Amino acid sequence: MATYSTNDFKGGLKIMMDNDPCSIMENEFVRPGKGPAFSRVKIRNLKTGRVIDRTFKSGETVDAADVMETDMSYLYNDGEFWHFMDEETYEQVSADAVAVGEAGKWLKEQDKCVVTLWNGAPLSIAAPNFVELAVTDTDPGLKGDTSGGGGKPATLETGAVVRVPLFVQIDEVIKVDTRTGEYSARVKN
Amino acid sequence: MALLHQRAELYQVIRTFFLKKHVLEVETPVLSNSASCDVNLDSFATSLRKDGPSLYLQTSPEFAMKRLLAAGSPCIYQIAKSFRQAERGRFHNPEFTLLEWYRLNFSMAELMGEVAELLRLCFSAELVIETISYHDLFFSMTGIKPHATTIEQLMDYASAQGNPEAANICGESLANGLDYVFSQYIQPMLLKERVYFVSDYPVCMAMLAKLTGDSPQTAKRFEVYFNNVELANGYEELTDAELQEMRFRQDIKERELAAKDEVPIDQNLIAALKAGMPACSGVALGLDRLMMLMSQASSIDEVLSFPVERA
Repeated sequence: MATYSTNDFKGGLKIMMDNDPCSIMENEFVRPGKGPAFSRVKIRNLKTGRVIDRTFKSGETVDAADVMETDMSYLYNDGEFWHFMDEETYEQVSADAVAVGEAGKWLKEQDKCVVTLWNGAPLSIAAPNFVELAVTDTDPGLKGDTSGGGGKPATLETGAVVRVPLFVQIDEVIKVDTRTGEYSARVKN
Repeated sequence: MALLHQRAELYQVIRTFFLKKHVLEVETPVLSNSASCDVNLDSFATSLRKDGPSLYLQTSPEFAMKRLLAAGSPCIYQIAKSFRQAERGRFHNPEFTLLEWYRLNFSMAELMGEVAELLRLCFSAELVIETISYHDLFFSMTGIKPHATTIEQLMDYASAQGNPEAANICGESLANGLDYVFSQYIQPMLLKERVYFVSDYPVCMAMLAKLTGDSPQTAKRFEVYFNNVELANGYEELTDAELQEMRFRQDIKERELAAKDEVPIDQNLIAALKAGMPACSGVALGLDRLMMLMSQASSIDEVLSFPVERA
């Protein structure tokens, strides 16, 4: 297996730590006073998303993690797994609920996602930053109210619930920012 | 280009500062027959000729300047290119510039005063400066007494802070443990826009500093921190040849344990100390880092004409 020394450390490098695949966010070379040189590293655990600070002795080596990010389109959910396909190779992968995580509630068939693969298996799914989804249920708002103040909950076709302005009606399509889970705009047909 | 001018101006300020104080500018060899035997310093090695005797690039001009003092020079300063292998990062380039100076009959406190004077010239007369002992700073931030602690206690502290791997970095060395804890949990917490003079180090971190007789014994060493950056290191200098040779031999042993390259002890320095070095204090200040602080640069690359990858 490939290894990296602390001299190779830089943002984005994927390494194995505590048996989990991790991504280096920041790396700083430290040589305190007259003391031993080390690397101070901020690392994201790609399985749990947790960010931790670690230090490594200068020159120490760690195993590389076989992690890559690929653009894939979402095919369908069979009740247990979410299925994705690489549009260039037609290769398909299936991801469980843990890997799909929050992205699951935004995904509509044919959506383009970034799938992070670890040893060929999906580790995490990133939904597109913006998705367009139809409102399937919401309280009828007051006609003519365009202020948007206050808002109301709306259920979307994927089952996700977001707060929308009062003027949004059932069957209308809205644009949602998946990073914040917030309503962004109404989409005119 | 602005930075070329800024560096030239800074050197002018420094030269005028020392001219007024009758401190003599000197130049000493960058290439030497011996090297620093500090376990945490790696010298670049080369040789006089192919298959010839080894030569080393200096890690600081300290040894050569001390030999000048022993030979009877007055107070001296030098702007010196220095080299340290494998040191590269946001605050490190393997080739860097030190301002190093020695003042005869100065105590550590007097020299700290002079460093502060120079920093005020570089930054502002209103620069906030705090002088604090290593013990007070260390104890107030961690609850650990640095003069009475053990490597085990320090590593337990690091573990509790989420760094159980510290033991792998520090080994059995108490000095390494103190440096690790200081750089991880104290240095980043120092207040910004304030210069810290940290003084009176634990004996195991004495390096080339004199020890005081009090109890607990401390080393007459100080470091300067500004905006969380380590800027300078100074000593009231050890002038005892025998003691210095003992410390060097201890260093050599530690190098062997750490499987570091073997380096020759500077016998010329030992001989000079034996012949008699006058009482003095000396300090080395990183000029590239000073430039970084003056120009608010976030990386040393911004203040170098060409960092090592492009040199």
